Amino acid sequence: SLIQEAGCLCVFSVLYFQKNGISNGTLYKKTFIEHFEQAPMYVAVLTFLGFGVGTIFGYLRDFMRAWGLEKRNVATEREQQKDFVPLYQDFENFYTRNLYMRIRDNWNRPICSVPGPQFDLMERVTDDYNWTFRFTGRTIKNVINMGSYNYLGFAETDVNALKTVTIELQKYGTGICSTRQEMGTLDKHVELEKLVAKFLGVEDAMVFGMGFATNSMNIPALVGKGCLILSDELNHTSLVLGARLSGATIRIFKHNNMQSLEKLLRDAIIYGQPRSHRAWRKIIILVEGIYSMEGSIVRLPEIVSLKKKYKAYLYLDEAHSIGAVGATGRGVVEYFGMSPDDVDVLMGTFTKSFGAAGGYIAGKKDLVDFLRTHSHSAVYATSMCPPVAEQIIRAMKCLMGQDGTTQGKVRQLGKNTRYFRRRLHEMGFIIYGNDDSPVVPLLLYMPGKIGAFARRMLEKNIGVVVVGFPATPITESRARFCVSAAHTREMLDTVSTADVLLKLTSDAKEVGRSCVSVILNLNNSFLHLFF
Amino acid sequence: MDIKSMKNYLYWLYCQFELITCSYLMEPWEKLLFYSFNITMLVMVLYIAYIFVPVHITMAFQFFLHLFGNQHENTVSIVK
Repeated sequence: SLIQEAGCLCVFSVLYFQKNGISNGTLYKKTFIEHFEQAPMYVAVLTFLGFGVGTIFGYLRDFMRAWGLEKRNVATEREQQKDFVPLYQDFENFYTRNLYMRIRDNWNRPICSVPGPQFDLMERVTDDYNWTFRFTGRTIKNVINMGSYNYLGFAETDVNALKTVTIELQKYGTGICSTRQEMGTLDKHVELEKLVAKFLGVEDAMVFGMGFATNSMNIPALVGKGCLILSDELNHTSLVLGARLSGATIRIFKHNNMQSLEKLLRDAIIYGQPRSHRAWRKIIILVEGIYSMEGSIVRLPEIVSLKKKYKAYLYLDEAHSIGAVGATGRGVVEYFGMSPDDVDVLMGTFTKSFGAAGGYIAGKKDLVDFLRTHSHSAVYATSMCPPVAEQIIRAMKCLMGQDGTTQGKVRQLGKNTRYFRRRLHEMGFIIYGNDDSPVVPLLLYMPGKIGAFARRMLEKNIGVVVVGFPATPITESRARFCVSAAHTREMLDTVSTADVLLKLTSDAKEVGRSCVSVILNLNNSFLHLFF
Repeated sequence: MDIKSMKNYLYWLYCQFELITCSYLMEPWEKLLFYSFNITMLVMVLYIAYIFVPVHITMAFQFFLHLFGNQHENTVSIVK
């Protein structure tokens, strides 16, 4: 399967649409620039070399474990089950045992403060190379947070800001102890739903307690057998799970590729259902506003024109884009200057930009009334708790400018995003995604650099999220930065210069370009690894 | 200062080698195994090059001279 991945190493090109000239030029009111630069050939070769060495040593370790030369810390079958179908011999388990375990200390790090622009981490050491961890009892203070989805900076503990939330907490408590349909609908939920509908400019909205469950429990209510789902290649697991649970036929189109989508739509309408050739009951297109692993923004104008032409429905998941893009934070619909009536189902989460938890689905009143009775989440899941609802209400009022506080958060986020992306670009790193998206993936490619990058950044008091194989293609591991409105310019400068000083990542230009900046920091930070 | 920047550069190259070949991730005994294997192969290649390359170059040189019609010294005859 490594060879398969070699075959599909990304061949994206830089796409640049201008207002006049290209066929869909009139749909876009401003330039849409996305980068998916391909790395030089030697980077791909070296990545495979690294994986090759890792695989050889993985086989060696497996051999030693099987023959008892090494203590077994892994999950194995019991003696009585040795003749059964083997459980742990596939590639995923091999990868987990031999490659993931070596760098496991970079994930699941417990934090012990609010995930604002800076946070505190619990210090964790391992004595047996990441098989077990123990806490030393100390905390690492004031680590710059480049991993939390805190786009507008609403994750804060300022007493004045949280005054209304404290009042609601004392009035309602924390538990609801019921589902929406039984006794779990409070006046807070009604107020929140009206506010969400007003914020987005739609007729009605419904809120749910959990963002993942909003997707996975509501898509089965909207589509069923005999319907067709056209879903983007890189959709989130919640959308995939909801689509699979619904029982509809799923077809995948290439990421953000309108030709592929149009071809699928035409084939669906011409040929109908697989064997009976009847018309599909419903065709629904599932896309996301901002894709969190690529940082790319959906091509909404083209999708809306396609959906109108072929009479399909559109489900837009704005988990990362609500509050983060658009002039006043109303998501990709406002970013492209379109009307919310064009999208049939607007879905989003409150986890990312609003500093709360939960999700919403908004649209026409008929749709939301249908979901109130037919959604699994409404019938069986506990509703959102009141202090969280109040936090969303206060955040939304702040965004809409209704409670007198300053409204510059979205502008600040936009400035921070553009500044950070420009700095990283100038330094020659390969960055994916749209210039306006606050999710910034920095490509690392080689497996050794994943662990090294995260560890070195933590030593410099910067916490980053690095992503490797199961979430990304195996040859394209990356570090994902999430820019926040609460980051100051000094913090962003610290982070980008830390990257330069480390010089651990592949350049878009030649490697080894300027090692003058690699100073004594390297000596100090690497020596203590060996001794 | 020159020596220091040279040393830093070499150290940086060593770190890049470690990252690329994943030896950064290995436990010490694995690193020992990997480096000893690599160094053994490198030494063998260099030794074989040291022994055979001059011989091969001389043979190739003679072959090309013969090909282009150049005669050896002892086949030149003196015409009287």
